[in-house]
Amino acid sequence: MSASTATSSTATQVLFDAPGPKGRRRILLLSVLSMLAIAALLAGALWQFHANGQLDPNKWIVYLRVDYLAFLGQGLWGTLKVTAIAAVVAFPFGLLLALARISRFSLLSGAAITWIEFFRGIPMLLVVYAFLLALPAFGVTFPRFWMLVIPMILVSSASTAEVFRAGIKAVDIGQHEAAAAIGLSRRDAMFSVVLPQAVRLVLPSLILALVTLLKDSTLGYVVSYNELQFQGKTLVSITRYLVQTYLVVSLIYIVINFLLTRIALVLDARMKARAASS
Amino acid sequence: MDESDGIIQYLRDSVALLAENLPLLLQGIGFTVALTVLGYGFALILGTVLAIFRVSPIPPLRWGSAVYVEIFRNIPLLSLLILIAFGLPDVGLLLPYFWCGVLGLTLSSAAFVCENVRSGINTVPIGHAEAARSIGLGFFGTLRFVVLPQAFRSMVQPLVNVFIGTVIGSALCSAIAVSEITWVTQTLNIQSGRAVVMFLVAGAVYLGMSLGGAALGGVIERAVAPSKGASRSQSRTTLDVTAGAQA
Repeated sequence: MSASTATSSTATQVLFDAPGPKGRRRILLLSVLSMLAIAALLAGALWQFHANGQLDPNKWIVYLRVDYLAFLGQGLWGTLKVTAIAAVVAFPFGLLLALARISRFSLLSGAAITWIEFFRGIPMLLVVYAFLLALPAFGVTFPRFWMLVIPMILVSSASTAEVFRAGIKAVDIGQHEAAAAIGLSRRDAMFSVVLPQAVRLVLPSLILALVTLLKDSTLGYVVSYNELQFQGKTLVSITRYLVQTYLVVSLIYIVINFLLTRIALVLDARMKARAASS
Repeated sequence: MDESDGIIQYLRDSVALLAENLPLLLQGIGFTVALTVLGYGFALILGTVLAIFRVSPIPPLRWGSAVYVEIFRNIPLLSLLILIAFGLPDVGLLLPYFWCGVLGLTLSSAAFVCENVRSGINTVPIGHAEAARSIGLGFFGTLRFVVLPQAFRSMVQPLVNVFIGTVIGSALCSAIAVSEITWVTQTLNIQSGRAVVMFLVAGAVYLGMSLGGAALGGVIERAVAPSKGASRSQSRTTLDVTAGAQA
Protein backbone atom coordinates (compact mmCIF):
# COMPACT_ATOMS: atom_id res chain seq x y z
CA MET A 1 0.00 0.00 0.00
CA SER A 2 1.57 3.25 -1.11
CA ALA A 3 1.87 6.11 1.32
CA SER A 4 -0.39 8.45 -0.59
CA THR A 5 -3.43 6.19 -0.27
CA ALA A 6 -2.75 5.15 3.32
CA THR A 7 -5.44 7.25 4.92
CA SER A 8 -7.76 7.77 2.00
CA SER A 9 -11.28 6.84 1.29
CA THR A 10 -11.42 3.15 0.50
CA ALA A 11 -12.14 1.92 4.01
CA THR A 12 -15.03 0.00 2.50
CA GLN A 13 -12.66 -2.59 1.14
CA VAL A 14 -10.74 -3.25 4.34
CA LEU A 15 -13.60 -3.50 6.80
CA PHE A 16 -14.25 -7.04 5.66
CA ASP A 17 -12.14 -9.84 4.15
CA ALA A 18 -12.46 -10.83 0.54
CA PRO A 19 -15.27 -13.35 1.05
CA GLY A 20 -14.77 -17.05 0.49
CA PRO A 21 -17.39 -19.32 -1.12
CA LYS A 22 -19.49 -19.48 2.07
CA GLY A 23 -19.20 -15.74 2.65
CA ARG A 24 -20.18 -15.05 -0.94
CA ARG A 25 -23.29 -17.21 -0.54
CA ARG A 26 -24.21 -15.32 2.61
CA ILE A 27 -23.65 -11.95 0.95
CA LEU A 28 -25.79 -13.07 -1.97
CA LEU A 29 -28.55 -14.19 0.39
CA LEU A 30 -28.44 -10.92 2.35
CA SER A 31 -28.36 -8.96 -0.90
CA VAL A 32 -31.48 -10.70 -2.13
CA LEU A 33 -33.20 -10.19 1.23
CA SER A 34 -32.32 -6.49 1.43
CA MET A 35 -33.35 -6.08 -2.21
CA LEU A 36 -36.72 -7.59 -1.28
CA ALA A 37 -36.99 -5.31 1.76
CA ILE A 38 -36.29 -2.20 -0.34
CA ALA A 39 -38.74 -3.39 -3.01
CA ALA A 40 -41.35 -4.01 -0.29
CA LEU A 41 -40.87 -0.46 1.03
CA LEU A 42 -41.32 1.04 -2.43
CA ALA A 43 -44.27 -1.23 -3.18
CA GLY A 44 -45.88 -0.23 0.12
CA ALA A 45 -45.50 3.45 -0.75
CA LEU A 46 -46.90 2.92 -4.25
CA TRP A 47 -49.80 0.89 -2.84
CA GLN A 48 -50.57 3.71 -0.39
CA PHE A 49 -50.63 6.15 -3.32
CA HIS A 50 -52.80 3.80 -5.36
CA ALA A 51 -55.26 3.09 -2.53
CA ASN A 52 -55.90 6.81 -2.19
CA GLY A 53 -56.28 7.36 -5.90
CA GLN A 54 -53.07 9.41 -6.24
CA LEU A 55 -51.66 7.25 -9.02
CA ASP A 56 -54.45 8.28 -11.38
CA PRO A 57 -52.57 9.12 -14.61
CA ASN A 58 -54.72 12.21 -15.07
CA LYS A 59 -53.18 13.69 -11.95
CA TRP A 60 -49.66 13.24 -13.30
CA ILE A 61 -50.06 13.85 -17.01
CA VAL A 62 -50.68 17.56 -16.39
CA TYR A 63 -46.99 18.00 -15.67
CA LEU A 64 -46.31 17.31 -19.32
CA ARG A 65 -48.58 20.15 -20.41
CA VAL A 66 -46.76 23.17 -21.75
CA ASP A 67 -48.60 25.77 -19.71
CA TYR A 68 -48.01 23.92 -16.42
CA LEU A 69 -44.37 23.46 -17.25
CA ALA A 70 -44.10 27.12 -18.20
CA PHE A 71 -45.69 28.04 -14.87
CA LEU A 72 -43.16 25.96 -12.93
CA GLY A 73 -40.41 27.18 -15.23
CA GLN A 74 -41.27 30.72 -14.24
CA GLY A 75 -40.82 29.67 -10.61
CA LEU A 76 -37.51 28.02 -11.43
CA TRP A 77 -36.35 31.21 -13.14
CA GLY A 78 -37.29 33.16 -9.99
CA THR A 79 -35.38 30.67 -7.82
CA LEU A 80 -32.26 30.89 -9.99
CA LYS A 81 -32.43 34.69 -10.15
CA VAL A 82 -32.77 35.04 -6.38
CA THR A 83 -29.95 32.56 -5.76
CA ALA A 84 -27.62 34.21 -8.27
CA ILE A 85 -28.13 37.74 -6.99
CA ALA A 86 -27.79 36.65 -3.35
CA ALA A 87 -24.57 34.79 -4.20
CA VAL A 88 -23.08 37.70 -6.16
CA VAL A 89 -23.53 40.00 -3.17
CA ALA A 90 -23.01 37.54 -0.31
CA PHE A 91 -19.75 35.92 -1.47
CA PRO A 92 -17.62 39.09 -1.73
CA PHE A 93 -19.26 40.32 1.46
CA GLY A 94 -18.32 37.03 3.14
CA LEU A 95 -14.72 37.48 1.99
CA LEU A 96 -14.63 40.98 3.51
CA LEU A 97 -16.05 39.59 6.77
CA ALA A 98 -13.40 36.87 6.83
CA LEU A 99 -10.64 39.47 6.32
CA ALA A 100 -12.18 41.62 9.05
CA ARG A 101 -12.31 38.64 11.38
CA ILE A 102 -8.60 37.90 11.03
CA SER A 103 -7.56 41.55 11.10
CA ARG A 104 -5.35 42.85 13.91
CA PHE A 105 -7.77 45.65 14.83
CA SER A 106 -9.70 44.10 17.67
CA LEU A 107 -12.71 46.37 17.14
CA LEU A 108 -13.03 45.28 13.53
CA SER A 109 -12.50 41.60 14.26
CA GLY A 110 -14.89 41.77 17.23
CA ALA A 111 -17.61 43.25 15.04
CA ALA A 112 -17.03 40.61 12.36
CA ILE A 113 -17.15 37.78 14.93
CA THR A 114 -20.41 39.12 16.38
CA TRP A 115 -21.96 39.41 12.93
CA ILE A 116 -20.84 35.93 11.88
CA GLU A 117 -21.87 34.14 15.07
CA PHE A 118 -25.21 35.97 15.17
CA PHE A 119 -26.28 35.12 11.63
CA ARG A 120 -24.95 31.58 11.87
CA GLY A 121 -26.83 30.97 15.09
CA ILE A 122 -30.34 32.13 14.20
CA PRO A 123 -32.71 30.65 11.61
CA MET A 124 -33.08 32.52 8.33
CA LEU A 125 -36.85 32.38 8.82
CA LEU A 126 -36.47 34.78 11.75
CA VAL A 127 -34.55 37.24 9.56
CA VAL A 128 -37.24 36.90 6.91
CA TYR A 129 -39.92 37.67 9.48
CA ALA A 130 -37.96 40.73 10.56
CA PHE A 131 -38.27 42.07 7.02
CA LEU A 132 -41.81 40.82 6.55
CA LEU A 133 -43.41 41.76 9.89
CA ALA A 134 -41.15 43.91 12.04
CA LEU A 135 -39.67 46.53 9.71
CA PRO A 136 -43.01 47.49 8.09
CA ALA A 137 -44.20 48.41 11.60
CA PHE A 138 -41.46 51.05 11.62
CA GLY A 139 -42.46 52.22 8.17
CA VAL A 140 -39.65 50.44 6.33
CA THR A 141 -40.93 48.25 3.53
CA PHE A 142 -39.15 46.39 0.77
CA PRO A 143 -40.42 44.77 -2.40
CA ARG A 144 -41.02 41.01 -1.94
CA PHE A 145 -37.94 40.21 -4.00
CA TRP A 146 -35.66 42.02 -1.54
CA MET A 147 -37.54 40.66 1.48
CA LEU A 148 -36.27 37.29 0.33
CA VAL A 149 -32.85 38.25 -1.05
CA ILE A 150 -31.60 40.46 1.81
CA PRO A 151 -32.08 37.76 4.50
CA MET A 152 -30.40 35.27 2.17
CA ILE A 153 -27.44 37.64 1.79
CA LEU A 154 -27.17 38.28 5.54
CA VAL A 155 -27.24 34.60 6.48
CA SER A 156 -25.04 33.44 3.61
CA SER A 157 -22.42 36.16 4.22
CA ALA A 158 -21.86 34.73 7.70
CA SER A 159 -21.42 31.14 6.56
CA THR A 160 -19.26 32.02 3.54
CA ALA A 161 -17.07 34.16 5.81
CA GLU A 162 -16.21 30.98 7.69
CA VAL A 163 -15.56 29.19 4.39
CA PHE A 164 -13.10 31.90 3.32
CA ARG A 165 -11.45 31.93 6.72
CA ALA A 166 -10.90 28.16 6.52
CA GLY A 167 -9.45 28.67 3.04
CA ILE A 168 -7.04 31.35 4.21
CA LYS A 169 -5.95 29.11 7.10
CA ALA A 170 -5.43 26.21 4.69
CA VAL A 171 -2.83 28.08 2.62
CA ASP A 172 0.58 26.73 3.56
CA ILE A 173 2.44 28.75 6.20
CA GLY A 174 5.47 28.69 3.92
CA GLN A 175 3.64 30.98 1.51
CA HIS A 176 3.44 33.64 4.24
CA GLU A 177 7.09 33.14 5.10
CA ALA A 178 8.18 33.30 1.46
CA ALA A 179 6.18 36.49 0.95
CA ALA A 180 7.76 38.01 4.05
CA ALA A 181 11.22 36.91 2.87
CA ILE A 182 10.92 38.83 -0.39
CA GLY A 183 9.91 41.91 1.59
CA LEU A 184 6.16 42.02 1.07
CA SER A 185 4.17 43.72 3.77
CA ARG A 186 1.48 41.77 5.64
CA ARG A 187 -1.22 43.32 3.48
CA ASP A 188 0.59 42.73 0.18
CA ALA A 189 1.30 39.15 1.19
CA MET A 190 -2.41 38.63 1.95
CA PHE A 191 -3.72 40.17 -1.26
CA SER A 192 -1.18 39.03 -3.84
CA VAL A 193 0.01 35.71 -2.38
CA VAL A 194 -2.42 34.14 0.09
CA LEU A 195 -5.85 35.22 -1.12
CA PRO A 196 -5.51 34.10 -4.75
CA GLN A 197 -4.63 30.62 -3.50
CA ALA A 198 -7.28 30.63 -0.78
CA VAL A 199 -10.06 31.57 -3.20
CA ARG A 200 -9.09 28.67 -5.44
CA LEU A 201 -9.04 26.31 -2.48
CA VAL A 202 -12.55 27.23 -1.36
CA LEU A 203 -14.14 27.01 -4.81
CA PRO A 204 -15.82 23.63 -4.07
CA SER A 205 -17.12 24.93 -0.73
CA LEU A 206 -18.53 28.00 -2.47
CA ILE A 207 -20.46 25.77 -4.87
CA LEU A 208 -21.90 24.01 -1.83
CA ALA A 209 -22.78 27.41 -0.38
CA LEU A 210 -24.71 27.94 -3.60
CA VAL A 211 -26.67 24.76 -2.82
CA THR A 212 -27.49 26.16 0.62
CA LEU A 213 -28.63 29.43 -0.94
CA LEU A 214 -30.83 27.53 -3.37
CA LYS A 215 -32.42 25.71 -0.45
CA ASP A 216 -32.88 28.94 1.47
CA SER A 217 -34.66 30.48 -1.49
CA THR A 218 -37.62 28.18 -0.74
CA LEU A 219 -38.52 30.70 1.97
CA GLY A 220 -40.03 32.66 -0.90
CA TYR A 221 -42.97 30.44 0.11
CA VAL A 222 -43.25 32.55 3.27
CA VAL A 223 -42.82 35.99 1.70
CA SER A 224 -44.96 35.07 -1.35
CA TYR A 225 -42.24 35.71 -3.90
CA ASN A 226 -42.69 33.81 -7.16
CA GLU A 227 -39.95 31.24 -6.80
CA LEU A 228 -40.38 27.51 -7.38
CA GLN A 229 -41.79 26.50 -3.99
CA PHE A 230 -44.33 29.35 -3.94
CA GLN A 231 -45.20 28.72 -7.57
CA GLY A 232 -45.90 25.12 -6.52
CA LYS A 233 -48.22 26.38 -3.78
CA THR A 234 -50.11 28.48 -6.32
CA LEU A 235 -50.32 25.52 -8.67
CA VAL A 236 -51.77 23.40 -5.85
CA SER A 237 -54.47 25.97 -5.22
CA ILE A 238 -55.40 25.77 -8.91
CA THR A 239 -55.19 22.02 -9.56
CA ARG A 240 -55.66 20.55 -6.06
CA TYR A 241 -53.06 17.93 -7.02
CA LEU A 242 -51.07 18.45 -3.85
CA VAL A 243 -48.75 15.44 -3.56
CA GLN A 244 -48.00 15.44 -7.25
CA THR A 245 -47.10 19.13 -7.43
CA TYR A 246 -44.90 19.14 -4.36
CA LEU A 247 -43.18 15.92 -5.47
CA VAL A 248 -42.39 17.46 -8.86
CA VAL A 249 -41.13 20.66 -7.22
CA SER A 250 -38.97 18.73 -4.74
CA LEU A 251 -37.59 16.60 -7.55
CA ILE A 252 -36.49 19.70 -9.45
CA TYR A 253 -34.64 20.97 -6.36
CA ILE A 254 -33.04 17.57 -5.78
CA VAL A 255 -31.79 17.31 -9.38
CA ILE A 256 -30.26 20.81 -9.41
CA ASN A 257 -28.65 20.44 -5.99
CA PHE A 258 -27.41 16.96 -6.85
CA LEU A 259 -25.67 18.27 -9.96
CA LEU A 260 -24.12 21.21 -8.08
CA THR A 261 -22.92 18.92 -5.27
CA ARG A 262 -21.44 16.53 -7.82
CA ILE A 263 -19.54 19.37 -9.52
CA ALA A 264 -18.22 20.54 -6.14
CA LEU A 265 -17.03 17.05 -5.15
CA VAL A 266 -15.39 16.36 -8.52
CA LEU A 267 -13.63 19.72 -8.39
CA ASP A 268 -12.49 19.01 -4.83
CA ALA A 269 -11.18 15.55 -5.73
CA ARG A 270 -9.32 16.96 -8.73
CA MET A 271 -7.72 19.72 -6.66
CA LYS A 272 -6.69 17.26 -3.93
CA ALA A 273 -5.21 14.93 -6.56
CA ARG A 274 -3.24 17.80 -8.07
CA ALA A 275 -2.01 18.89 -4.64
CA ALA A 276 -0.90 15.32 -3.90
CA SER A 277 0.94 14.90 -7.19
CA SER A 278 2.86 18.16 -7.02
CA MET B 1 -36.72 63.43 29.69
CA ASP B 2 -39.70 62.23 27.62
CA GLU B 3 -37.28 60.05 25.76
CA SER B 4 -36.14 58.13 28.84
CA ASP B 5 -39.68 57.95 30.20
CA GLY B 6 -40.72 56.46 26.89
CA ILE B 7 -38.01 53.84 27.06
CA ILE B 8 -38.89 52.91 30.63
CA GLN B 9 -42.55 52.70 29.70
CA TYR B 10 -41.66 50.52 26.70
CA LEU B 11 -39.58 48.20 28.86
CA ARG B 12 -42.34 47.99 31.47
CA ASP B 13 -44.93 47.16 28.80
CA SER B 14 -42.65 44.58 27.26
CA VAL B 15 -42.06 42.82 30.55
CA ALA B 16 -45.80 42.83 31.21
CA LEU B 17 -46.41 41.38 27.75
CA LEU B 18 -43.85 38.64 28.31
CA ALA B 19 -45.22 37.83 31.78
CA GLU B 20 -48.75 37.69 30.44
CA ASN B 21 -47.82 35.27 27.68
CA LEU B 22 -45.32 33.28 29.68
CA PRO B 23 -47.18 29.93 29.38
CA LEU B 24 -47.40 30.31 25.60
CA LEU B 25 -43.72 31.27 25.32
CA LEU B 26 -42.64 28.38 27.52
CA GLN B 27 -44.75 26.04 25.43
CA GLY B 28 -43.06 27.40 22.31
CA ILE B 29 -39.61 26.87 23.79
CA GLY B 30 -40.68 23.38 24.85
CA PHE B 31 -41.77 22.51 21.31
CA THR B 32 -38.53 23.86 19.82
CA VAL B 33 -36.46 21.84 22.28
CA ALA B 34 -38.60 18.72 21.71
CA LEU B 35 -38.41 19.03 17.91
CA THR B 36 -34.65 19.47 18.04
CA VAL B 37 -33.91 16.73 20.57
CA LEU B 38 -36.23 14.14 19.01
CA GLY B 39 -35.26 15.01 15.44
CA TYR B 40 -31.53 14.97 16.20
CA GLY B 41 -31.74 11.84 18.37
CA PHE B 42 -33.56 9.82 15.72
CA ALA B 43 -31.25 11.26 13.04
CA LEU B 44 -28.18 10.05 14.96
CA ILE B 45 -29.59 6.50 15.06
CA LEU B 46 -30.85 6.44 11.46
CA GLY B 47 -27.74 8.17 10.14
CA THR B 48 -25.36 5.73 11.86
CA VAL B 49 -27.34 2.74 10.54
CA LEU B 50 -27.21 4.24 7.04
CA ALA B 51 -23.46 4.83 7.35
CA ILE B 52 -22.93 1.19 8.37
CA PHE B 53 -25.05 0.15 5.35
CA ARG B 54 -22.87 2.40 3.23
CA VAL B 55 -19.64 0.58 4.17
CA SER B 56 -21.20 -2.90 4.37
CA PRO B 57 -20.41 -5.78 1.97
CA ILE B 58 -24.08 -5.95 0.84
CA PRO B 59 -24.38 -4.01 -2.45
CA PRO B 60 -28.15 -3.24 -2.34
CA LEU B 61 -27.77 -1.72 1.14
CA ARG B 62 -24.82 0.38 -0.08
CA TRP B 63 -26.81 1.65 -3.05
CA GLY B 64 -29.98 2.19 -1.03
CA SER B 65 -28.18 4.30 1.53
CA ALA B 66 -26.33 6.27 -1.17
CA VAL B 67 -29.63 7.08 -2.90
CA TYR B 68 -31.15 8.05 0.45
CA VAL B 69 -28.32 10.47 1.18
CA GLU B 70 -28.48 12.08 -2.26
CA ILE B 71 -32.24 12.63 -1.97
CA PHE B 72 -32.41 13.98 1.57
CA ARG B 73 -29.19 15.98 1.43
CA ASN B 74 -30.37 17.83 -1.64
CA ILE B 75 -34.04 18.44 -0.90
CA PRO B 76 -34.69 21.81 0.79
CA LEU B 77 -35.97 21.19 4.33
CA LEU B 78 -39.00 23.40 3.77
CA SER B 79 -40.01 21.41 0.68
CA LEU B 80 -39.62 18.19 2.66
CA LEU B 81 -41.70 19.48 5.58
CA ILE B 82 -44.46 20.71 3.27
CA LEU B 83 -44.45 17.40 1.42
CA ILE B 84 -44.74 15.47 4.69
CA ALA B 85 -47.24 17.70 6.46
CA PHE B 86 -49.59 18.43 3.58
CA GLY B 87 -48.80 15.55 1.24
CA LEU B 88 -49.03 12.54 3.55
CA PRO B 89 -52.75 13.06 4.37
CA ASP B 90 -53.43 12.79 0.62
CA VAL B 91 -51.99 9.28 0.61
CA GLY B 92 -53.93 8.30 3.69
CA LEU B 93 -51.29 8.79 6.38
CA LEU B 94 -52.41 11.18 9.09
CA LEU B 95 -49.71 12.43 11.47
CA PRO B 96 -50.00 15.30 13.94
CA TYR B 97 -48.07 18.32 12.64
CA PHE B 98 -45.58 18.05 15.50
CA TRP B 99 -44.58 14.54 14.42
CA CYS B 100 -44.46 15.66 10.79
CA GLY B 101 -41.87 18.18 11.96
CA VAL B 102 -39.89 15.53 13.84
CA LEU B 103 -40.05 13.19 10.83
CA GLY B 104 -38.86 15.89 8.42
CA LEU B 105 -35.98 16.96 10.68
CA THR B 106 -34.99 13.32 11.24
CA LEU B 107 -35.01 12.38 7.55
CA SER B 108 -33.02 15.46 6.58
CA SER B 109 -30.46 15.42 9.41
CA ALA B 110 -29.93 11.65 9.07
CA ALA B 111 -28.46 12.21 5.59
CA PHE B 112 -25.90 14.64 7.03
CA VAL B 113 -25.17 12.38 10.01
CA CYS B 114 -24.57 9.49 7.57
CA GLU B 115 -22.11 11.53 5.50
CA ASN B 116 -20.22 12.68 8.59
CA VAL B 117 -20.04 9.22 10.16
CA ARG B 118 -18.84 7.80 6.86
CA SER B 119 -16.11 10.40 6.45
CA GLY B 120 -15.25 9.87 10.14
CA ILE B 121 -14.81 6.17 9.41
CA ASN B 122 -12.54 7.10 6.52
CA THR B 123 -10.25 9.14 8.78
CA VAL B 124 -9.25 6.00 10.72
CA PRO B 125 -6.00 4.73 9.18
CA ILE B 126 -6.52 1.60 7.09
CA GLY B 127 -3.86 -0.22 9.13
CA HIS B 128 -6.18 -0.26 12.13
CA ALA B 129 -8.94 -2.03 10.22
CA GLU B 130 -6.38 -4.45 8.75
CA ALA B 131 -4.97 -5.16 12.21
CA ALA B 132 -8.48 -5.76 13.57
CA ARG B 133 -9.21 -8.21 10.77
CA SER B 134 -5.91 -9.98 11.23
CA ILE B 135 -6.78 -10.80 14.85
CA GLY B 136 -10.01 -12.32 13.60
CA LEU B 137 -12.63 -9.61 14.09
CA GLY B 138 -15.47 -9.65 11.57
CA PHE B 139 -17.21 -6.69 9.91
CA PHE B 140 -19.24 -5.68 12.97
CA GLY B 141 -16.42 -6.42 15.42
CA THR B 142 -14.02 -4.25 13.42
CA LEU B 143 -16.52 -1.41 13.32
CA ARG B 144 -17.71 -1.74 16.90
CA PHE B 145 -14.40 -2.17 18.73
CA VAL B 146 -11.78 -0.55 16.50
CA VAL B 147 -13.03 1.81 13.84
CA LEU B 148 -16.12 3.56 15.26
CA PRO B 149 -14.62 4.46 18.68
CA GLN B 150 -11.72 6.18 16.90
CA ALA B 151 -13.92 7.65 14.19
CA PHE B 152 -16.15 9.18 16.86
CA ARG B 153 -13.37 11.61 17.86
CA SER B 154 -13.15 13.26 14.49
CA MET B 155 -16.94 13.19 14.19
CA VAL B 156 -17.78 15.30 17.24
CA GLN B 157 -17.34 18.69 15.57
CA PRO B 158 -19.22 17.81 12.36
CA LEU B 159 -22.01 16.25 14.43
CA VAL B 160 -22.27 19.47 16.47
CA ASN B 161 -22.75 21.28 13.16
CA VAL B 162 -25.56 18.88 12.29
CA PHE B 163 -27.10 19.62 15.71
CA ILE B 164 -26.98 23.37 15.04
CA GLY B 165 -28.51 22.69 11.62
CA THR B 166 -31.33 20.81 13.34
CA VAL B 167 -31.89 23.66 15.82
CA ILE B 168 -32.10 26.16 12.99
CA GLY B 169 -34.17 23.82 10.84
CA SER B 170 -36.74 23.40 13.60
CA ALA B 171 -37.78 27.02 12.95
CA LEU B 172 -39.15 25.96 9.56
CA CYS B 173 -41.72 23.81 11.39
CA SER B 174 -43.58 27.05 12.10
CA ALA B 175 -44.45 27.02 8.38
CA ILE B 176 -46.37 23.79 8.94
CA ALA B 177 -48.24 25.18 11.96
CA VAL B 178 -46.20 23.66 14.78
CA SER B 179 -46.45 26.20 17.61
CA GLU B 180 -42.72 26.34 18.34
CA ILE B 181 -40.93 29.50 19.42
CA THR B 182 -40.75 31.20 16.00
CA TRP B 183 -44.47 30.66 15.51
CA VAL B 184 -45.33 31.85 19.04
CA THR B 185 -43.19 34.98 18.90
CA GLN B 186 -44.42 35.96 15.45
CA THR B 187 -48.05 35.41 16.44
CA LEU B 188 -47.53 37.61 19.51
CA ASN B 189 -45.67 40.07 17.30
CA ILE B 190 -48.68 40.43 15.03
CA GLN B 191 -51.04 40.75 18.01
CA SER B 192 -49.01 43.22 20.04
CA GLY B 193 -46.80 44.95 17.47
CA ARG B 194 -43.83 44.66 19.85
CA ALA B 195 -41.41 43.28 17.32
CA VAL B 196 -38.11 44.06 19.06
CA VAL B 197 -38.92 42.14 22.23
CA MET B 198 -40.28 39.17 20.34
CA PHE B 199 -37.22 38.93 18.11
CA LEU B 200 -34.95 39.20 21.14
CA VAL B 201 -36.75 36.29 22.82
CA ALA B 202 -36.70 34.06 19.72
CA GLY B 203 -33.11 34.97 18.89
CA ALA B 204 -31.99 34.26 22.45
CA VAL B 205 -33.60 30.82 22.36
CA TYR B 206 -31.86 29.84 19.11
CA LEU B 207 -28.50 31.36 19.99
CA GLY B 208 -28.70 29.74 23.43
CA MET B 209 -29.39 26.32 21.95
CA SER B 210 -26.72 26.60 19.21
CA LEU B 211 -24.05 27.90 21.57
CA GLY B 212 -25.09 25.40 24.25
CA GLY B 213 -24.79 22.57 21.74
CA ALA B 214 -21.40 23.84 20.60
CA ALA B 215 -20.16 24.09 24.21
CA LEU B 216 -21.39 20.58 25.01
CA GLY B 217 -19.67 19.36 21.84
CA GLY B 218 -16.42 20.96 23.01
CA VAL B 219 -16.70 19.16 26.35
CA ILE B 220 -17.36 15.83 24.65
CA GLU B 221 -14.51 16.40 22.21
CA ARG B 222 -12.05 17.02 25.05
CA ALA B 223 -13.40 14.01 26.96
CA VAL B 224 -12.83 11.62 24.06
CA ALA B 225 -9.51 13.12 22.96
CA PRO B 226 -6.78 10.45 22.91
CA SER B 227 -4.63 11.96 25.67
CA LYS B 228 -4.43 15.21 27.55
CA GLY B 229 -2.25 17.76 25.84
CA ALA B 230 -1.49 15.53 22.89
CA SER B 231 -1.58 17.83 19.94
CA ARG B 232 -3.37 16.50 16.90
CA SER B 233 -3.17 19.77 15.04
CA GLN B 234 -1.08 19.85 11.91
CA SER B 235 0.78 22.79 10.50
CA ARG B 236 -1.61 22.76 7.59
CA THR B 237 -5.29 22.24 8.31
CA THR B 238 -7.00 20.20 5.68
CA LEU B 239 -10.09 21.73 4.20
CA ASP B 240 -13.38 19.89 4.58
CA VAL B 241 -15.60 20.92 1.70
CA THR B 242 -18.81 19.61 3.16
CA ALA B 243 -18.41 21.54 6.42
CA GLY B 244 -21.33 23.82 7.01
CA ALA B 245 -23.19 22.71 3.91
CA GLN B 246 -26.41 22.08 5.77
CA ALA B 247 -29.52 24.17 5.61
